[in-house]
Order: sequence, then structure tokens, then C-alpha cells
Amino acid sequence: MSQTPHASAAPAIELIGVDKRFGAVRANRDIHLSVAQGEIHGIVGENGAGKSTLMSILYGFYQADAGEIRVDGRPVAIPDSQAAIALGIGMVHQHFMLVEPFTVLENVMLGAEGGALLAKGRADARAELERLARDYAMQVDPDAVVGELPVGLQQRVEILKALFRGAKTLILDEPTGVLTPEEADHLFRILGRLRDEGKTVILITHKLREIMAATDAVSVMRRGEIVATVRTAETSVEALAEAMVGRRVLLRVEKGPARPGPARLTVENARVVDALGVERLRGVSLTVRAGEIVGIAGVSGNGQSELLEAIAGIRPLTSGAIRIGPEMAPPSPALVRDMKLAHVPEDRHRMGLVTRFEARENAVLGYLKGFTRGVFLDRAAIRERCMRDMADFDVRPPDPSLRTANFSGGNQQKIVLAREIAVDPDVLIVGQPTRGVDVGAIEAIHRRLIELRDAGKAILLVSVELEEVRALSDRVLVMFDGRVMGEAGADATEAEIGLMMAGVERGAAA
Amino acid sequence: MEALVALLDSTVRLSTPLLLACLAGLYSERSGVFDIGLEGKLLGAAFAAAATASLTGSPWLGALAAVAASCALALVHGVACISARGNQIVSGVAINFLALGLTAVLGHAWFSQGGKTPPLAQEARLGPLELPLSETLAGVPVLGPVWSGLVSGHSVLVYAAFLAAPLTWWVLWRTRFGLRLRAVGENPAAVDTAGLSVAGLRYRAVLVCGLLCGLGGAYLSIAQGAGFVPNMSAGKGFIALAALIFAKWRPMQAMATCLLFGFLDASAIRLQGVELPLIGPAPVQLIQAAPYILTVVLLAGFIGAARPPKAGGAPYLKER
Repeated sequence: MSQTPHASAAPAIELIGVDKRFGAVRANRDIHLSVAQGEIHGIVGENGAGKSTLMSILYGFYQADAGEIRVDGRPVAIPDSQAAIALGIGMVHQHFMLVEPFTVLENVMLGAEGGALLAKGRADARAELERLARDYAMQVDPDAVVGELPVGLQQRVEILKALFRGAKTLILDEPTGVLTPEEADHLFRILGRLRDEGKTVILITHKLREIMAATDAVSVMRRGEIVATVRTAETSVEALAEAMVGRRVLLRVEKGPARPGPARLTVENARVVDALGVERLRGVSLTVRAGEIVGIAGVSGNGQSELLEAIAGIRPLTSGAIRIGPEMAPPSPALVRDMKLAHVPEDRHRMGLVTRFEARENAVLGYLKGFTRGVFLDRAAIRERCMRDMADFDVRPPDPSLRTANFSGGNQQKIVLAREIAVDPDVLIVGQPTRGVDVGAIEAIHRRLIELRDAGKAILLVSVELEEVRALSDRVLVMFDGRVMGEAGADATEAEIGLMMAGVERGAAA
Repeated sequence: MEALVALLDSTVRLSTPLLLACLAGLYSERSGVFDIGLEGKLLGAAFAAAATASLTGSPWLGALAAVAASCALALVHGVACISARGNQIVSGVAINFLALGLTAVLGHAWFSQGGKTPPLAQEARLGPLELPLSETLAGVPVLGPVWSGLVSGHSVLVYAAFLAAPLTWWVLWRTRFGLRLRAVGENPAAVDTAGLSVAGLRYRAVLVCGLLCGLGGAYLSIAQGAGFVPNMSAGKGFIALAALIFAKWRPMQAMATCLLFGFLDASAIRLQGVELPLIGPAPVQLIQAAPYILTVVLLAGFIGAARPPKAGGAPYLKER
């Protein structure tokens, strides 16, 4: 760990008693945070814990209601982003702030053009970019159009933008959400290099693995407060998870043996050919019985999505049959629903929710039958249902009138799940139940799925997280290239399943 | 030869208001503010120019009044769309109606000539400028008639319009203002986080739009025409909008498109009542509708995609 030899050991960034409210929600309360010069300081917390709000205050996006900010030991005011930039604070936002049709050079220059005419600034910026690329091993073609670059390189452009403006402290907000594991590792190497060159880095994330891998110190946020600040070397994933959630977190799922009943969902030799003429399902057969969870493992894009959509009635079968109980499932989402089959879609933003709607509107979306009076909506009943769902699933904040987009991913997923099981379905098909969901919410969602199983529901679970499929499912089917490669019992090893995921047929125990 | 020069000359004259309005729309829309109110601004400016010129006798004061009126309407649009975050289409439509009604009412009240302003004397108009060299070149074949018949002898606003196109190109791609303007129309959040004011940039763009529309309106009533006639803009603002889409929001293409649309208009006028071989009477209405047809064909994706500035039409809201 690098120590700064300066006599003045003033922290690079210091927050003293910072408070911020949004209406009734207290997003940050009495924050005390000290980030030393030349360290990588992680800030963890669940979605909605107030991490992004805190950093937005530091970057001048929001104004704190109370409290003091010190940079290099001096008290400062940060009324806008311009002020933050002038103080040497740079930010890489979770959603990149890039102009896609612009070149890398133009994006880097924007707001720091160095004069009314571009010609000179352009030449200077090009030289500076070359220097930065050399110093920090961040090569990127200055004339490439940003929108055509892969995500990892776009992020690099964001970092270069901040460095170009002379950032001494770099804030990264959930930088790895859009990166593959290899790209993330590369990013951490770059951050290490920045630290070694004397920069201070604040890394916001909800992924504990990243904190352990990349930071020198870590602060944990929970419900708007900083609950712990520790040296990374002196803590563990378990301790951080507990601090984040405020109680012991079961990273494993506890469940008893399944007591399967009669078959509730039967898929017989289902084939689906998509609009491009590609065969997505090549004869899939499976059965889900009451009181069991059948998991579908597989690398994304091997027909799982098409299977879910076919069962939900969204995508017509080319041939084959789907039965709900003893009856044929009609190819219509509405009729399938009437047969007590509920669907939690893989992509809640694209299919599960209208994020511009208020939470209560989404809470009854598609199930309006019980919430109308004549041609009018029964607003009181809708609100009541939403309140009940929110209490039931611990949705935070429990505000039915809040726009759905303003909830964190985990809370959005809870809203979808609550809606789908509120109608007491016999069959539940669930896609990627915990994608983009934080630790505490994952545990809650898993527990609910087990409870539903124990209540006699038939559950079909599709997830690209092999851990999740193995933890929840009573039987695991592995899909590859539109086919079920085989079934793995609860005792199958990860290696066995991994082979099937890669398309190798299971020999002996099929 | 003479007929061709005359046709092209009238093309230039008819293109000028289109080009000014089209470039006006380009600034506004490049900044992310859609402007369907170009028509209203042209009309309001035309009235202000003619009324002022007829009262003061000065075409320059007329032009100034036109720009002021147009900028005032542009500011209404700006306040509605940028500060109040209103719907840009609704605001634009409102401005069109406002201008249409207000010019008629004020015209009646002030001049009592059925909504027209009194006919302007020659010195109250921005008349033709005779460029030097006309006489020197008179004897030269081709160049002589082109110079005197086509290049020379236009109002100062015509030259302004055709200089404004390359100037706009230069501003967009060679200046800091242009870079920021293009950025704010694509991703205002990027501009905001770079420490720049999104609203400030958009107001400036909307004011440039007002300035250019003002010149376009002045051209209609005190350069091309000699006084204001109710609804004298006659849809030119909408054709300019079509030209803007057709040109894919690029200044030099905008100039070419406006010349094409002006040429179609000029041909339609020339071909009025002319019998064409095989076809019979010239399909004048079809030629007049051509700009719209071409634009629809373009929008349908037959001539490459026309992609508007990405953040266009949406008010900017700071959100996490």
C-alpha cells in the first residue's frame, strides 16, 4: 500500500456531517467520510443506500442540506460540476456521459476546449491524450467515434475525460455493471496504476468481490448512513455483507426436500423458429410438478428466453405442445394468465414494468380485472394492493406514488414478483429473478421462491447464474443450442453441469 | 440561355427565405429544441418589418424590427420548452397560430387595409445591390449574363442567406460554440456533467434561430415583396422544416436542398399553363407538392436514414 510522503496528511476528500433529503426520504444522514490521498477507497451498500446521492453531492450535482466538504483539508463549496472539476474532482458516471456521434477527442474536449475556436484546442488535446495514454497505459484512438467503441473503451474515454480536466480524485459509480469480468479486471489494473501515480480513487459498487479485489479501504453505507469504515485487508466478504444489510446474510439458500405433486406444466417436443428462420427451440420436453422448482441452467442465448416466452404465450410454437395442468395452453398471454400461470419476465425494464408509471400502476399491470368500477379504475383498491405488496416484500421506499424508475433494481424486481404471485398462480415461470439485484434483496427473493414451492406451486426458474440455479432448484435441466442436454440432480457437481452447458451430452447418468 | 438564367435567378430568390428559415431551424434543433414554429416566426417578422418600414421609411429599422419580433417569439418558445419544460411541438403550433392571428388583427387595427400594410416605396425596401464588374463583364459570353442576371442584383438578405450556410458549417464544426451546440442536442447530460449550462446553450441556439427567421421574414415583406400580405409566409416555414430533415440537419446540404425546393417552386411558376409534349398541361400542383413528397420518401427510409439529434424534443431534466 502506497503511503504519501507529504508532511500534510490532510485527506484528499473529507465529508463532515453531510445531510440530504428528497422530500420525505432522507437519502444521506450525517455522513462522515475521510478519503486519504493516494488510496482506492471503496463505498459499498445496497442499491438505494445513498451512495450515488453522496457522490452527486461531491460532484456538485446536488447540494447538501447540511454539512461541510473539505478538499485537501480546505473547506470548499461545490455549487456545480464546474466547481468540482476546478477542485480536481472527476466523476465516471454509471451511465456514461458521452456524446455518441462524437469522436473520442471531441468528447474529451467538451467543456474544456481551450478557446473559442477548436483548432488549437484540438491539437493540444491530442497531445495531452497521448501523454495520458502513455502515463496510465490507456490507449484509445482519438479519432474513433465513441458510439462505435465497445463499452470497456467507452468507460476508458470517461476516465480520460476526467484526467484531461486535471482530476486528482476520481469517482467511479458502479463502473463494472456493464463490463465483462475480464474488462472489470482490466479496469482495476488501471485504477491501481492511477493510485500508484498519486491519484485518489473512490469506487462505488454493490459487488463485494470488487471491493476485496481493488480497494485499500472501504466504507459501508446502509439506509443513508455510513455504518463502517475499515481497511480492506482487515475485513471479509461476510463481514461487509452483514454491515451492508444490517444482519447476518445467508449467502446460501436453506431449503428442505421437495414434496412434488402432480404435473402442473408440461412441455412436449416444443419447437420455435424465429422471424429470421433460425430454430431457437429444437424439441424441448420437460415437466414441472406442483411443489418443486425446476431450474434451467445454460449460457445466455441458448433458447431459454424463447422457452419462457413460448410458455407465457408471447411466442407461438412452431410445433409441439404446452399443457398447463391437463389442458393445452393457448398461445395468448391473457388466456395463459387466466389458467393461473404467472410470468416474471427476464428483463423487467423491457417486459415486466412500465418504468415511467408510478409503482401502484405497475403493481396491477395486466391484472386490472379486480381493480375497476365500471370503466373507471378503483384507485383506492389499487393503492391498497400496492401498499400491501410493498409491506409484504419490504419494498423501499414504500411509496406507491413514486415513479417505478426511481426504485432500485432489487425493489423493482420485488414489485414484479409481488404482482405476479398476488393472483395465487399454480405455475410460476421466472426469468433471471436476481439480475441487477443487491445482496439483501437476493436473499429475500430466494426465500420467497422457496416459500412458494413449499406452498405447492410449480416453479420453472431460468437463470444464467449457475450458483442460483443450483441453490434453488430441486432438479436442474441444462439447455444448449435450443435443446435440453440433460438433467442434473441436486448432487451434480458444477463441473458436470458446466460440461453440459458447453454442449457435451451427459453420458451415464442421463 | 436567358430563360435558364431567369429560371435560376428566380430559384435563388425563392430559396432565400427557405434557406434562412432552414438554417434557423438547424440551430434550434441541433441544440435539442424542435421548432415547428418557424412559419410563425417568419410571418411575425414579415409583418414587423413591413409595418416598421412603412411607418419609419427605413428598411434597416424594418429588418431590425423583424429580428426583434422573431426573437421575441423564439424566446416564448424557449421559455416554454427550456425553462418550463413544455412540449416543443405544442409550443411551436401555438406560436404559429399566435403569429397568424396577431399579424392579421394588428394589421387591421393599424392600417385598415384588409390586414395588409401600405405598399412600400422603393427606398423603404432592401432593394437589389448591383455588384461591381457587371459592366466590365457584360461583353464576356456566359459569365457576363450569369454575373449580371444571376449573381448580381439581389437584396442584401439573399447574400446574407447564402453566406449563412457556409458560416453555419464553420460554426458547427470549427468553433467551441458549435461543438457544445451539437453535444447538447445529442446528450445534454454529458454537457451538464462537463460543467456547462444546458439551458444557456439552448437559449442561445433558440435566439440564433430567431435572428435568422427574422431575416427570412424581412426578406418576404421588404425585399422580395413590397409590403405585408396576410399569411404571406404561406407554408415556407414548413417547407424549410422539410428541407432541414431532407438535409439531415447539415448546413451545406440544407443550402442544396433549399435550392432544389426553390427550383421546383420556380419551375412550377414558369410552367403554369404550359403544354408539355406527351404529358399535356404541366402538373404544377404535383411539382409544388414535390418537396413534401421527397421528404416523406426520405423519412420512409428510401434515401438513407434521417436521424434527428438524439435529445431533440425532450426537455432536459437532471436525473440520476
